[in-house]
Amino acid sequence: MQFHKYDVVIIGAGGAGMRAAIESGQRARTAVLTKLYPTRSHTGAAQGGMCAALANVEEDNWEWHTFDTIKGGDYLVDQDAAEIMAKEAIDAVLDLEKMGLPFNRTPEGKIDQRRFGGHTRNHGEAAVRRACYAADRTGHMILQTLYQNCVKHGIEFFNEFYVLDICLTETENGPVCTGAVAYELATGEIHVFQAKSVVFATGGFGKVFKTTSNAHTLTGDGMGIVFRKGLPLEDMEFYQFHPTGLAGLGILLTEGARGEGAILRNASGERFMERYAPTIKDLAPRDIVARSMALEVLEGRGAGPNKDYVLLDCTHLGAEVLETKLPDITEFARTYLAVDPVVEPVPVYPTAHYAMGGIPTNIHGEVLRDNDNVVPGLYAAGECACVSVHGANRLGTNSLLDINVFGRRAGIAAAEYALSRETHVELPENPAAAVEAQVALALSEHGQERVADIRTELQATMDANASVYRTEDTLKTALHDVQALKERYAHISVQDKGKRFNTDLLEAVELGFLLELAEVLVHGALARKESRGGHAREDYPNRDDTNFMRHSMFYKQGDGLSADIRMDYKPVTFTRYKPMERKY
Amino acid sequence: MTATAETTAGSRGSQPPVPDGAVTVTVKIRRFNPEIDDEPRWDAFDIPALPSDRVLNLLHHIKWYVDGTLTFRRSCAHGICGSDAMRINGVNRLACKVLLKDLLEKGDKRTTITIEPIKGLPVHKDLLVDMEPFFEAFRAVKPYLVTYGNEPTRERIQSAADRERFDDTTKCILCACCTTSCPVYWTEGSYFGPAAIVNAHRFIFDSRDEGAEERLDILNDIDGVWRCRTTFNCTDACPRGIQVTKAIQEVKRALLFKRV
Repeated sequence: MQFHKYDVVIIGAGGAGMRAAIESGQRARTAVLTKLYPTRSHTGAAQGGMCAALANVEEDNWEWHTFDTIKGGDYLVDQDAAEIMAKEAIDAVLDLEKMGLPFNRTPEGKIDQRRFGGHTRNHGEAAVRRACYAADRTGHMILQTLYQNCVKHGIEFFNEFYVLDICLTETENGPVCTGAVAYELATGEIHVFQAKSVVFATGGFGKVFKTTSNAHTLTGDGMGIVFRKGLPLEDMEFYQFHPTGLAGLGILLTEGARGEGAILRNASGERFMERYAPTIKDLAPRDIVARSMALEVLEGRGAGPNKDYVLLDCTHLGAEVLETKLPDITEFARTYLAVDPVVEPVPVYPTAHYAMGGIPTNIHGEVLRDNDNVVPGLYAAGECACVSVHGANRLGTNSLLDINVFGRRAGIAAAEYALSRETHVELPENPAAAVEAQVALALSEHGQERVADIRTELQATMDANASVYRTEDTLKTALHDVQALKERYAHISVQDKGKRFNTDLLEAVELGFLLELAEVLVHGALARKESRGGHAREDYPNRDDTNFMRHSMFYKQGDGLSADIRMDYKPVTFTRYKPMERKY
Repeated sequence: MTATAETTAGSRGSQPPVPDGAVTVTVKIRRFNPEIDDEPRWDAFDIPALPSDRVLNLLHHIKWYVDGTLTFRRSCAHGICGSDAMRINGVNRLACKVLLKDLLEKGDKRTTITIEPIKGLPVHKDLLVDMEPFFEAFRAVKPYLVTYGNEPTRERIQSAADRERFDDTTKCILCACCTTSCPVYWTEGSYFGPAAIVNAHRFIFDSRDEGAEERLDILNDIDGVWRCRTTFNCTDACPRGIQVTKAIQEVKRALLFKRV
């Protein structure tokens, strides 16, 4: 075992982690632990843009952005947090530009802006140009720019370190976070990092689904670790399905395509979104578009030999717009489906994309241990966190915004907290014991179950039973399946017993997190007997503000993988916007 | 280092159902685990695969159902993250961007796909190499915007034409396909290599940047751009379609004529 001591430890090196590191690293002694190399993080796969009311191309203001975010989230958004995000969006974009991000430009040389789903002028009148972008690789540019600035500031990275546990020390005022425990991929060694503050920025858990835009590595490790510590997760039933995944593959095609004028059509060529969202049509928020697409297919109007997808028609945009503003997705369609978007429409279907829920935090990124109290020294930001600025449905571009605004806030808060403490709080006794036991157990001979089989079955049941539309029956099936898979997981076999780059072992560990989080998702979806945002129940088709205008909170009761889940609720923060019926 | 033996590896239990339309292909992989092997060896796996599969799918099939010790990096699986650069049939490619249909033999002939780690970086295990020397060269060229004086309150102004000037080199995902396809880099690991020069280019030709001279000085070094012998391997290898050799030539020209 190796031991390290820092002021701040940041876990994860995607957009949120590196944005936090840039702030923290200039203030306090900071280490970034990441299970990948930083530039491999999935922020790099984000495409369309990052919204901020710069008003560079037409009238706009951050209050409209706040409203759109709250309405887009079906009023489950904490309004104080949304207001902060929309207000600080402007500086967040300008900061990135000053760091060197090569945004597309207007004819006057200012940052160009394009339309995006759910972002409107004057509270819903019409789509507004609010998304700042760099072709259709905005996330790539953000990730590269943040990494470049980490290099500039000499940020210390521990690459390919898998954090598997955090250290909580009990004090008379409750638990305090005192460090993290990591497994080093290269050597199999366990490292204990003592720290005054720890920031989780570990991203999402899209790999609970089969059809997903998410990377293989998005296995919800951070959320899983926090949950196993008895700390809550919030709003986990709200999972976003991005409307335009490449059919059958799930690879993302940006909403920016529709922002540039692309149109969704069913088998007969009808622009079906005119029926579901007459005002902004194809630029309705993602939950509405994904449900409309699923309905078109369910009602027999799907395209293709099996009528199981719809079509994204870009042909009228012309080769130049596609090559200059949407080059990557044009290439994806050509490479993976052998379809050329310049001349033919692209088969698309909703793909599991983004977790609205996660580790509950306040607006400073401090992690909550219940509805009212924080865990001193513990922070979270980005997709793994739930502030909640996305409520029941995130608007497109608001995740790139979230990582920059709240990554920055968490980095500053973690560093300032660390600087305000003269000494490190003592670590709990034997901080590495749990991880050492976990690794030893996984490597021991205790069964013949294959990780790939359990993961494949998990993804299949989640796709079939807990995706765009859900019912009591399908969710019960999913819950039953996940619980059975957890029992089988107790008998997994890891074939690689070595210490050196043992990715076989880590896939097994990651599957444990996926199973845990899938169960929480399904549990929450069963309990929420209403339809709101990304959570659509066929058996409860309406929003029920009387009973469910509140956040879900999930707590693990006990230690084992099969321990019970306790549910609680947390009130939504309202400032100036009263819930209204959601029409577009 | 030559391969010593060719073996066909066994299986880790029953195999998953073979999908309709699958063909059997042979995947030959160069293996090396310093924990147990004295020298690299070749393993061959006969597996079912669909023509629409990516090579990454084939590697996953082997790892998940045949040999769990097979080790490689991967993440996004659609050519964005740059994790899975490897030599596929002798050329550097991302395993997630090569489809089996483009490798299949004509007629009934059995297809064999050869996969090796990228060259010029030390092999840690199987297809996974030490990326540190590669990132060290990247960090050495000051790959970030350098400016002096006060920051503007709003964004810096940049014309669309000035933005276009360095667009190509902003696409780099640091996968190392280019650098590890370069014969100069294979023999002289101290050469910065194409990827580092691409990332220097991205800033040298950015109208907002004021660090061009510092970077050009760095690249004028004995291990800098003059090592390039214009073989175009790098341009052919780039999965993002960057005109790598052209970018290197532009940096050379900037050095010769002292202008960017």
